[in-house]
Parts: sequence; structure tokens; C-alpha cells
Amino acid sequence: MKNEAIILSKPNKPNRKRYFRRNRDLFILSLPALLFKLIFSYLPLIGLIVAFKKFRFDKGIFGSEWNGLDNFRFFFVSDNAWRVTRNTVLYNSGFILITLVCALLLALLLNEMSGKAVKFYQSALFLPYFLSWVVVGYIVLAFLEQDRGLLDHIWRLFGHEPINWYQEPDRWPYILNAVNLWKTLGFSTLVYYAGMIGIDPSYYEAAKIDGANRLQMIRKITLPLLTPLIVVLLIVAIGGMFRADFGLFYFIPNNSSFLYSTTDVIDTYVFRALRTVGDVGMSAAVGLYQSLVGFVLVIAANTIIKKSNSDHALW
Amino acid sequence: MRKNVARLLSHAVLVIVAAIMIYPLLLVVSISFSEEGSVVKHGYRFIPEEFSLDGYAAVFNNPGILLNAYSITIAVTVLGTIVGLLLTAMIAYVMSRKEYRYRKATTLFVVFTMLFNGGLVPFYILVVKYLHLKDTLWVLIIPYLINPFYVMIMKGFLDRMPAEVIESAKIDGASEYRAFFTIVLPLSTPALATVGLFISFIYWNDWWLGLLFIDQDRLVPLQLLLYRIMSTIEFYAVHSQHLSGSVDVTKFPSLTTRMALAVLGAGPMLFIFPFFQRYFVKGLTVGSLKE
Repeated sequence: MKNEAIILSKPNKPNRKRYFRRNRDLFILSLPALLFKLIFSYLPLIGLIVAFKKFRFDKGIFGSEWNGLDNFRFFFVSDNAWRVTRNTVLYNSGFILITLVCALLLALLLNEMSGKAVKFYQSALFLPYFLSWVVVGYIVLAFLEQDRGLLDHIWRLFGHEPINWYQEPDRWPYILNAVNLWKTLGFSTLVYYAGMIGIDPSYYEAAKIDGANRLQMIRKITLPLLTPLIVVLLIVAIGGMFRADFGLFYFIPNNSSFLYSTTDVIDTYVFRALRTVGDVGMSAAVGLYQSLVGFVLVIAANTIIKKSNSDHALW
Repeated sequence: MRKNVARLLSHAVLVIVAAIMIYPLLLVVSISFSEEGSVVKHGYRFIPEEFSLDGYAAVFNNPGILLNAYSITIAVTVLGTIVGLLLTAMIAYVMSRKEYRYRKATTLFVVFTMLFNGGLVPFYILVVKYLHLKDTLWVLIIPYLINPFYVMIMKGFLDRMPAEVIESAKIDGASEYRAFFTIVLPLSTPALATVGLFISFIYWNDWWLGLLFIDQDRLVPLQLLLYRIMSTIEFYAVHSQHLSGSVDVTKFPSLTTRMALAVLGAGPMLFIFPFFQRYFVKGLTVGSLKE
């Protein structure tokens, strides 16, 4: 292996043929995926110029007329820009914080359990993760439907007036946070748990000999050793701060226009602008704004973390 | 003594959380088996007042649309999982080979797409206007074939494969292709099972591609069908006062049928998932992005 590495990096004449062939074969293995990424991830970047055009489907990306920054102006002078940006950022901050705390706590609890118990809890936690947002929408309806929903029933048991949940924007921040936590908690818990069981058991044995108790071990061993994983996931999450989970915000509030003030996020706005209103140029502009800010956020988060501890940075 | 109390408390917390996770699912199953009349009168209850299969009977009496949606979804899931898993494994393997010359470039090429992308609109225009995939079966499969996150999970596994395994195969004269298909792949079963399951769930649960690109009824996948039924009901619920008379409300799926549809939409995958679960924890260690 080591020998080969040397041969491959410094080809002399007799080895040159073999050197090219090796790399060629591996390159060909990766080629289908590379082409796929080229077409579906890199080619669309050219299409971003649509954000500066008055796009018409019949004229295509290059045939449509330029209109400068009109698309951006149209979006940013409306109230929508502030509303959807605020909603997206606030919800994502809430999700990141709440999920991190809950998932870490549960993973720590799981880490104290024996194999059989872990398996049961893990299955139960993971179940909602494998439901589609459409199905979760049906489940939420069973709780919130006017006059019939279970939560509605409990609400009235406490002597409150019945309410139409799908027309009351004030309550939706709580509902969406709860639903999101319910669905994603299992996955996050498992990622942290997988990180915890990767920790070398000899650390714990040594601590035990020194008379440390469980809490001390968690504080001095588990959490510090888990920090790199937490940081990597945080950086990725911060990069996604401007990207909302479309399904959650579209299906769970049932795309109810009464709720837009607290449930409309950038992604649902772009979707409606594209598919319902048909304003392609503006939705591209909003998408570009979203991508750029997200990218700047990742780089900023990574830079800050690199300054404090370069081992934890993503690159 | 104190230790036991702590242990009991931990179990109590986990049992409560597990119950919260399972309860809503059981509620939906329970409603789907309830008698329509009692649900209309008393609302949704966890214990059905009267047991009934009418909710399902309504679905199976007129199964054409549902069966069509099932067959679309099954075809998409099977094809997409096989091809996607193969392509993911191939590129992840190449990225895990330390001596491969373009390894860093390949990793950057893949990871960059996680951090920056063009967003919905350029993708939409590409698929509709330039690839002409609208209203085809392919549009439900192709866009999800490679997910960078799954490539990294796969790479995380393959990174730990001993280099000697590949070395010895090559000393025996095996080509790169042969080494990959006959030695590396069979040794990566846990990785393939975990990532394969994730990919198949993505396809099974997808409504997004359908929502964007499918208008023809015969190509509607399962989750999109569920969404369409729901939004039709909502539309008439909100606008019923303006539409009185012209709409036959009795034609709508009853309350119990709706929940039966949700169960039929989620069901099959929830039965498959426990069989793959033993691979999960091993499988979820995310591969390092750095060298």
C-alpha cells in the first residue's frame, strides 16, 4: 500500500503506463456520479442568471431579456422579504437549538442503557423519521381538526372556546416546533449515540479506577470527545439556516393562507412564486439570495470555529 | 440505591419519549379502524367506540387509483434504490482510495454541492425546458440518484476497509472493477443496507418531484396522491359556503377512510425498517470531510 502510493505519485517511465491505468479505472468508476453532479448541481448554477432576467419559457435562459436587479427589487420592497426571512431564520434557530439539546440528552440516556433496551427505544424514536410529511400532515389533522381533533377536544375539556387551528397563526410556532422535534429527534439522537459508542471504553475504565461518577464521566469524557461531531453538524445546520424544510411548512399548516404570517418561509414562498404565480425571474432571485447568504454563513461559521479551535473546523 | 433510582429515572424518561413517538401513529391506525358514525359524532378517540373496517372497504372497493399510485411508487423506489446505491458506492469507494490521484478534487466536487447550489428555479428550468423530463417516470427517479450526504456516510464505511484487502486482490491480478464488484461490495453489506434503506425511504416518501413535475394522473406517486386527496378536502371545507349545492359532499373520502389512506401510505416501509435496524448504528458514522 505504501509502496504503491509512492509509485503512483512519482511515476517513472516503466511504471507510467500502470499509473495511468490505475487512475483511469478508478476515474471511470466515479464517472457516472461525477456526470450526474455536473448536470444536476453545477449546470443549474449557469441558470442563476435567470435572476437578472425577465424569464420567458419559450425564449429560454439565454434568449430572455435582461432586467437588471428588478427581480430583487420587487422582492425586497415587498413585506414578504422580511416576513419569510424572519420566519425561516427564527424557525431554524429554534429547531437547531431544541433538537441539539433534546437529542444530546436522549443519547446520553441511551448510552447508559444495555443493548436490548437501546434497541427498543431506538426503534420507537426512529419511527416518525420514516414517515413522509404528507402522512405527518394527516396525523396532525387528527389532533387539530376543528370539532373532532384530539387536541381540540382536550382544549374544550378545559372549558375553552373551540378554535379553528388552521386559521389561528399565533399558535403555529409552537405546533411546528413540536412537530419538527417529533419527526427529527430520532435521527439526531442516533447520530450522537453512534458518536458516543465510538468513544474508546478505556477512557471510562481509567476514570472509574480514579473513582469518577457517571456525571463526571459525561462532563469530562463524553461531551468533550463528542464536541467535534457537534460542531460539524452545527456548521452544516448554520449553513442551512436560510433553507427551510419545505414539506413541514407546506403540508403541516395545509398551505392555509390564513397562517402565512407565521408559517410562510423562503422555500414555500419561492415554490408559490414559481408554480402558482409563475414569476420565474423573481423566484430565481429569491433562491439566489437564499443560496448566497447560506454559503456566506457556512464560511463565517467555519472561520469563527477555526479561530477558536482549528481541529473542529470543517476544512 | 442512588444508582438504581437514577437508572429507573432514565428508563422513565425514555419510556415517556417512546410513548410520545408512537402514540400519534397508533391514534391514526385506531381512527382508521373506527366506525364512521361515532367519529363524526364524538371526534377522534384513541380507543375506537365501535370497531369497523368500512374505512378500508371504501378504499378497496375502488382500488384503481391507489393501485396505480402504488405501482408507480414501487417501480420508482426499486429502480432508484438499485441505481442510486450503485452509483453512490462507486464514487464513495473511489473517494476512499488513499492513493487515487484525483481523490481530493472528487471530494471537493461532491461536498461543494452540499454547501452551495442554485436553488429550485434553475433546477426546474433544466428539467422542464432542457431535459424534457416533465410528466415522465424518469423525473421521479433521476434527480435523487446521488445525495452527497449518503456519499459521505458510505465513504465513512469504506475508509475503514483494510487496504490489504484490495492490495491482495490486485496482486492476484484482479482489475479495479473486479476488485470493487467482487470483493469490496460484498464486504460492505452493512453500509449498503443502511444507505440503501435511506435511499429507498427517500423515494417511497417523495411527493416533491411529483408536485413539481407530474400533472398526468397515471404518473401520480403514492404520497402525491395522498396530498391531492387532502388538499381537495381542504379546498371544499374552506369554500363550502360558496359552493353549496354544486358539490356532492358524500363523494369525499370519509374521516376514517382518510386515516386508512395515511396508514396505507406509510405502512409498508414501517414494516421493512425494523429488519434493517441492526445495521444502523454501525452505519451512521459520517465520513470525515477532511483528509
